[in-house]
Amino acid sequence: MSADVRAAPVGKRFFTPYMRVVTAVMLVGVGWGLYRMIFSLAAVTNLDDQYPMGLWIGVDVGMGVALAAGGFTTAALVYVLQREHFHLVLRAALLSALIRYTFVPIGLAFDLGRWYNIWHPAMPWMWQGNSVLFEIGMCVMSYLTVLYIEFAPIVFERFIGRVRLPGKLARLDDLVDIVLRLADYVLGKVVFLFVIAGVVLSCLHQSSLGNLMVIAPYKLHPLYWSPLSPLFFLASAIAVGFPVVILEALLVAWAFERKPPMHVLTPLAGLVPYLLGVYIALKAGDMLYRGTYVFLLEGSAASIIFWIEFGFLTLVPFFMFMSPDVRRSPSGLFIGAAMYIVAVLLNRCAVFFIAYKPPYAEKAYVPAVGEFALSIGLLAGIVVAYRLLVTLFPVLPASHD
Amino acid sequence: MSRNRRSFLKQVAGAGALVVLGSPQEARAAGGEVGTDQVGVLVDCTLCVGCRSCEKACNAANKDLPRRPPHTFDDQSVFERKRRMDHSAYTVVNRYQHPGDAGECTYAKFQCMHCLYPACVSACIVGALSREPSGPVVYDVSKCIGCRYCMVACPFQVPAYEYDNALTPQVRKCTFCFQTRLSQGEMPACVQSCPMQVMTFGPRAELLRLAREKLRKDPDRYVPHIYGENEVGGTAWMYLSDVPFETIGFPKFGYHPTPGYTEPIQHALFKWFIPPLALYGTLGGVMWLLKSRRQRADAESGEEGTHER
Repeated sequence: MSADVRAAPVGKRFFTPYMRVVTAVMLVGVGWGLYRMIFSLAAVTNLDDQYPMGLWIGVDVGMGVALAAGGFTTAALVYVLQREHFHLVLRAALLSALIRYTFVPIGLAFDLGRWYNIWHPAMPWMWQGNSVLFEIGMCVMSYLTVLYIEFAPIVFERFIGRVRLPGKLARLDDLVDIVLRLADYVLGKVVFLFVIAGVVLSCLHQSSLGNLMVIAPYKLHPLYWSPLSPLFFLASAIAVGFPVVILEALLVAWAFERKPPMHVLTPLAGLVPYLLGVYIALKAGDMLYRGTYVFLLEGSAASIIFWIEFGFLTLVPFFMFMSPDVRRSPSGLFIGAAMYIVAVLLNRCAVFFIAYKPPYAEKAYVPAVGEFALSIGLLAGIVVAYRLLVTLFPVLPASHD
Repeated sequence: MSRNRRSFLKQVAGAGALVVLGSPQEARAAGGEVGTDQVGVLVDCTLCVGCRSCEKACNAANKDLPRRPPHTFDDQSVFERKRRMDHSAYTVVNRYQHPGDAGECTYAKFQCMHCLYPACVSACIVGALSREPSGPVVYDVSKCIGCRYCMVACPFQVPAYEYDNALTPQVRKCTFCFQTRLSQGEMPACVQSCPMQVMTFGPRAELLRLAREKLRKDPDRYVPHIYGENEVGGTAWMYLSDVPFETIGFPKFGYHPTPGYTEPIQHALFKWFIPPLALYGTLGGVMWLLKSRRQRADAESGEEGTHER
């Protein structure tokens, strides 16, 4: 932790009019979620025997995990590559990843038929090492633990020297304070071990998520099926990490009426063309090698979504982030980052259901109202949790106003 | 479009070979080795008359399926549409009209194919689906978490789900009557019920001999293909037909087992944990190098102490 970075809890009130709306959206989603729990998947979703995975897997899991990549990419940049300059956005990136990963099992619980068995994959007698999903489950579980450990020093910092236990427990204030200081000291010495573990675990499960649909070569459209899919998922997750950090920093600046930290965001944006370039090169190379470009003009849902998410929403930000003018402009950064984030959203949805065509499909799958409501509600929940935690803990840089 | 699809299938096979790097044994590890006691069923579609006795017998034999009055299985109007198995039926028979010929048709019975290298078993996160040594692919609901990845993985689109059950939904698919009949030395209920002896139950190797014998003796009666002999690595249920299989609802598949695409990738990523540990070591090494370089630079420029780490 660099001395020139001071973080502090945000001193603004929680329930602004804007936050009231977001909270309401979250509660509507929770309502639909509860409705599903009581009245079954059939009552809320349009899932059926042809389309067993839909919007919830695409958005809550697929996009959720991808957009959480800001955490490990920023951690790698600051700790592994020793770019202290970016420390200013590290805590926010960490918190964002932590919340998004926490919401992955929450979102998944609504989709699982027997959600109360969600702990089964962790039990050694049910381990199934051939299952791609098992690998993802174990990595996400481990990484979530690592994220909480990485976040712990921020919680310690909040309470060290400020321990005020209620009533008779106040006698223990000094003891708790000593324990916190000790834990903070020890963790400070070894946290880098967890940071590196977090990067490794992220690489593993981001790529495994791309391996998930490789088992269904006859169901997935050739534009989205490739044995290199794990690599595409990893590369696009790494590429979307900084755009997420940038977009969130701009949103925070706007929400708390601060100046966006352009001296950090502009150089961060400068890294995006390299990372995005790797992804684009991999994807284009695979397309040329396997000859899947023949499907580009067939007019199917898969080909149209490919044009939108890759041809437009990936390539345009790639060129935008190459321009120094764009990188210096908050609105330019906002548009570029938002475009590529939507591209990742569409890409994950394409792989998990838009480009999925089972052999006996009778009708196409279109997500139901309740499916949209829950997915949007969970996104609102992420905003609420973020706002709550930056109000409680020293995550964002201390403001001078 | 369809030609494109077909040429794509070739690419899939090619890419698979690339992934597997010439080690089919490893790629086929999904369901364990296929032993000599592997059982199967040979379905001769040319003999089927569409009486639906097998559907009736299946419903009667599987007590946990929703009960249906036996006479409902005499209804021939179901053939007006192409049905699929669902949470209430492990097997269905469909009728396929021959093109141009008003009266001629072929019936095809569908159920779980009981793959030799089942994608559902490879996909299952908790091992709720497993392949018995003799071949039946069976389901243990007590492990299941309801993720439905098996349904995504199955190339034949077989497993069905109880979407309208809020608390205890199950994956539903043909059990090969493993618990109820095979383990007692009986044949599956549908096989036994068939009045036309469309189905032959027995060791898979013998069924293949029988199928080849039929093709050799009566080449005019059949298209020269045993569906399921090699499709996605081979299936326990195999079919003979008088019309091309694509026209009676059997998808055209390559011969490579589909878990052969994912498992080599997964196992390569975790081989003795070397790749993750190597990545960990590399990242740690880079970090240590850059850190000591930075500290040297800091010391030279006399800015010691600005950075704690």
